Amino acid sequence: MRTKLLVLTAALVPVAAFAAGGEVHLDQANIDVTNKASLQRGASNFVNYCLGCHSAKYVRYNRMAADLGLTEQQLIDNLMFTGERPHDTMAIGIKPDDAKRWFGVVPPDLTLVARSRGADYLYTFLRSFYADPSKASGVNNIVLPGTAMPHVLWELQGVQEAVWAGEPNAQGDVRHEFKEFKLLTPGTLSPEEYDSFVRDTVNFLEYIAEPAQLQRRSLGFPVIAFLVFFTLLAYALKKEFWKDVK
Amino acid sequence: MSSTSQTAKAGGGRLAALTTWIDDRFPMTALWKSQVSEYYAPKNMNFWYYFGSLAMLVLVIQILTGIFLTMNYKPSAADAFGSVEYIMRDVEWGWLIRYMHSTGASFFFIVVYLHMFRALLYGSYQKPRELLWIFGMLIYFVLMGLAFFGYLLPWGNMSYWGAQVIVSLFGAVPVVGDSLMEWIRGDYYISDITLNRFFALHVIALPLVLVFLVIAHLMALHEVGSNNPDGVEIKKVKGPDGIPLDGIAFHPYYTVKDLIGVGVFLILFSLVIFYAPTMGGYFLEHANFEPANPLQTPPHIAPVWYFTPYYAILRAVPDKSLGALLMGAAVVLFVFLPWLDRGKVKSIRYRGPLFKFFLAAFTISFLALGFLGLQPATPLYTNLARLFSVVYFAYFLLMPWYSSVDKTKPVPTRVTYHAH
Repeated sequence: MRTKLLVLTAALVPVAAFAAGGEVHLDQANIDVTNKASLQRGASNFVNYCLGCHSAKYVRYNRMAADLGLTEQQLIDNLMFTGERPHDTMAIGIKPDDAKRWFGVVPPDLTLVARSRGADYLYTFLRSFYADPSKASGVNNIVLPGTAMPHVLWELQGVQEAVWAGEPNAQGDVRHEFKEFKLLTPGTLSPEEYDSFVRDTVNFLEYIAEPAQLQRRSLGFPVIAFLVFFTLLAYALKKEFWKDVK
Repeated sequence: MSSTSQTAKAGGGRLAALTTWIDDRFPMTALWKSQVSEYYAPKNMNFWYYFGSLAMLVLVIQILTGIFLTMNYKPSAADAFGSVEYIMRDVEWGWLIRYMHSTGASFFFIVVYLHMFRALLYGSYQKPRELLWIFGMLIYFVLMGLAFFGYLLPWGNMSYWGAQVIVSLFGAVPVVGDSLMEWIRGDYYISDITLNRFFALHVIALPLVLVFLVIAHLMALHEVGSNNPDGVEIKKVKGPDGIPLDGIAFHPYYTVKDLIGVGVFLILFSLVIFYAPTMGGYFLEHANFEPANPLQTPPHIAPVWYFTPYYAILRAVPDKSLGALLMGAAVVLFVFLPWLDRGKVKSIRYRGPLFKFFLAAFTISFLALGFLGLQPATPLYTNLARLFSVVYFAYFLLMPWYSSVDKTKPVPTRVTYHAH
């Protein structure tokens, strides 16, 4: 019993290695969920490059289209490829067992990934794959070392190499202090175009994580304006009543 | 006499007749008078006295939003996480109801902590308000239970591991610890069964107890009368009509005053709901947007902010059983304040320097522990948490000494009030 408690409490104490393991500097995603053009491009990127393996199982196609300013026909023609109906959610066909055999892990559902990891994390992650011949997929990632995810966007970004700054450690490994990336083979997009491609995709992920955020922010102002008016009225009422308290 | 005034008079007559009809069968008018329109409260109640009525407001918000959430939430390990997302996406206004409820939980604690701090400032727990204070503390304990049980319901990964950790604290009980943990979970680990019973406790058992305790708290308050920033008993100086000279009717004077509090409160509440519903991960934690995963702990498990002072005390003690015991003591000690405090005066206005020093030290410790409980336990932070834990307990345990030897100021017979 005591050991169990100790183990649990040890799990509680945040792992010091987490901080020591080189907290990666995250680049600012600078996304804007009110930018519909960016969201539309992001949706197209998402269904073309991500939705093959990752589901977004809480996202309903037609609600997404409505929020992005697309008609149902535009939705069907451009964003739906595998015979779903507009009121379906973004599920995928891969069986978890197959996925596990192919990748070693089941690719996580991406509906809420922007809320659990943050936009900056995703933006940096998708731009931080580097060639690593020791890995089965041929790539590794600075943000999530040892990730099972292959670099799906390599044709667009090209292949880059990680340049390390640190001295070799006791094991003769230099891969602990990251300096910068060097592009080995250019992709079909320039680095700026690739950044903006990733930004649109992350913007879309941010939107699907909380579709209500568009509504939420616009509703805030009238509600608070009313409450300010209400409070002023209440204040005047109180002043009037309390005149006779001596 | 015109015909319109005659109709109006007849209408008023019918209303009066209805009132009489009800009053003959139920003490409606008598209750209204004794509890509201002829309940005399001190006229000098200040800023700190808004939080009682605000706590009632949050209670109503939580109950109403809770009812609507229950209509769409599914308490099963397979469906819980998805049903919360269903509420957030597919239920009409579901996102607003859910954010009101999740923000309401944090605001409940903000309001209750300020309400409790008021009692520490003005000695509101002292004789004759000991039972009022104890009912209040019971409300606080039930609230902690509600928050804990409710936190499991979204079935996110932080829900899961948070519950795991808190339940494991009961394992610190000697001899029966293991069986006790099993009894609480209803299983060998946090499972569907645990989720179901926590749901039952969160939506019916504890709210029912809470409502009864709130009624008892109000009845006790209206029996002894409200304290005030001077700590003067207004009932000691009454006019020829039997009404305290320093008392004013709760309605309309405090109902209109509390309305301002309600307005300001709702503005702050709305700012969070509409612009920062997760409050940067403090009200809704990032790790909780991943479904419960019994095989993977979140990188950094910390309870929600309102439990972190106690969590910091738990972590500060090297021995886990002793840590759990001290954490429990840190919560329960509040109950004994009426008997720990040997002071002759109630309000901080007339207390001596020793009391002021210890209260200030306690306040700083509580806030510091709350901060430290959110941080990773580095050696420096752990030592700081130990220091602040000692100060925290010193406030309670040394109180019989410092409150009795302290040099107090003379208390006036009437409250201080300047009409504005």
